[in-house]
Amino acid sequence: MSLPYYVSPEQLMQDKAEYAKKGIAKGRSIIAMEYQDGVLFVADNPSTSLFKVSEIYDNIAFSGAGKYSEFENLRKAGIQHADLKGFMYSREDVTARSLANGYSQTLGTIFSQELKPFEVEILLAQVGANPGENELYRIAFDGTIFHERVFVVIGGRSEALLAALQKGAGDQPVGLKPALKHCVGALKTVSEQDVALDGLEIALLDRTRPGRKFRRLSQDECSSILS
Amino acid sequence: MDHRSSSVSLSLDEMKLLQSPHSQSSSFFDYLLQTRPELTPAARWGGMVTTPFSAEDAQRGYLASVTHGTTVLAIKYDRGVVIAGDRRATEGYQLAARTMEKVFKTDSHSAMAIAGAAGPCLEMAKLFSVELEHYEKLDGVPLTCEGKANRLGQMVKANLPMVMQGLVVIPLFVGFDAKLGEGRIFKYDVTGGRYEETDYHAIGSGGKDAKVTIKERYRRQLPEEEAIRLALQALFSAAEEDVGTGGPDTFRRIFPTMKLIDVDGVRDADESRIASLCDELARVRAKQD
Repeated sequence: MSLPYYVSPEQLMQDKAEYAKKGIAKGRSIIAMEYQDGVLFVADNPSTSLFKVSEIYDNIAFSGAGKYSEFENLRKAGIQHADLKGFMYSREDVTARSLANGYSQTLGTIFSQELKPFEVEILLAQVGANPGENELYRIAFDGTIFHERVFVVIGGRSEALLAALQKGAGDQPVGLKPALKHCVGALKTVSEQDVALDGLEIALLDRTRPGRKFRRLSQDECSSILS
Repeated sequence: MDHRSSSVSLSLDEMKLLQSPHSQSSSFFDYLLQTRPELTPAARWGGMVTTPFSAEDAQRGYLASVTHGTTVLAIKYDRGVVIAGDRRATEGYQLAARTMEKVFKTDSHSAMAIAGAAGPCLEMAKLFSVELEHYEKLDGVPLTCEGKANRLGQMVKANLPMVMQGLVVIPLFVGFDAKLGEGRIFKYDVTGGRYEETDYHAIGSGGKDAKVTIKERYRRQLPEEEAIRLALQALFSAAEEDVGTGGPDTFRRIFPTMKLIDVDGVRDADESRIASLCDELARVRAKQD
């Protein structure tokens, strides 16, 4: 009779983490950056129909990096969760904090209990009524949750990209044009190829909009903002 | 208000929902039926149905204490469609509310108005707008005008058990069809039957009177101003003939509410414009008498 091999928990977790990190590193990067009127998202994404950034609720947006099927499932579940909560209680009761907690619980449980961890990194942003009240969360594959300020980067090459973003950035949120320039510039520095606007997915959580704050920017809008 | 303090914590069960979408359909209504059936009108009332209520039972019994909403109408004009409603709600022979809102924006290019038992009506309007937003977020594109109208029909059909109890909910749905480039009007019956109207329609206790007024003066391709005036005239007539319909209240400055839907989306008709048109109409009527 053969006995199963003993694997120490440390080894097991390390293997899983390595596996998940490898999967995420293969993906492209996504930036969220606070600007004067809300939060700007810039994702390296050549597809015009498969989105990486999307709306969850009135003032909350979601972005996922890594394996598409996995973060797409998390996105859908998030929308169901948010819409149910808003329907049962009120629209103001849907918060990014509670969603981020939910994602953290879920990813944590999957990481420790399932054989295969999720190869995803999640970014949740909520635009507040005033510039100081935005909330940015990054949730890692193992459920670790980070409350970030000004910038969040997820996906491959995120450390290099974060360093590029922090270079030359002030403490105060800037206007949309300089913010967009800064993000595109940072993507250019870390990328080997040229970064064209048609290879980027750009969206906003814009607090000046009534009701639902999420809006995608078309290529034309972006080039007119940048010019 | 500090939005952080208003968050409501959910049970662990609800957190687990985040693992994978509970239902693969893009419908919020289906999702509610599967996960929280007690929150849907159909499931809540379905178990209670024993024998259908007759109209007499309804008058004698608890229905007298259920708030009802009354006349709502929709008229097409050259750029889109206008939808309007009076403000009165009644409980039996009592006036329950003078300022009820019966016209709801359901998404960026559609709106609905409802007649019937107020509670279930409001619930349906709320559920339907979440339904449309939910679909749009999950699928990344909004439903077509046709798709929205059909979906509302299915929701009216799911309400049938409540109709048997005497709690009728009848919506009037309008939307701007981007493909056809025009406004569209849909009416429904209690079984969920969906019928498209080509020019105008009115429902509710004063619906018939409103419709007669519109019929007399309607022509195709009305300019916006004329359509708004016609809608107010129709509501005025309905209020004069029907006890359940509230007329313009010039003492309290309460006037019908109205939304205009065109290629640019849904907007509220300007309140001061409605007020001055109502005052003008009242002067004309006074002279006629």
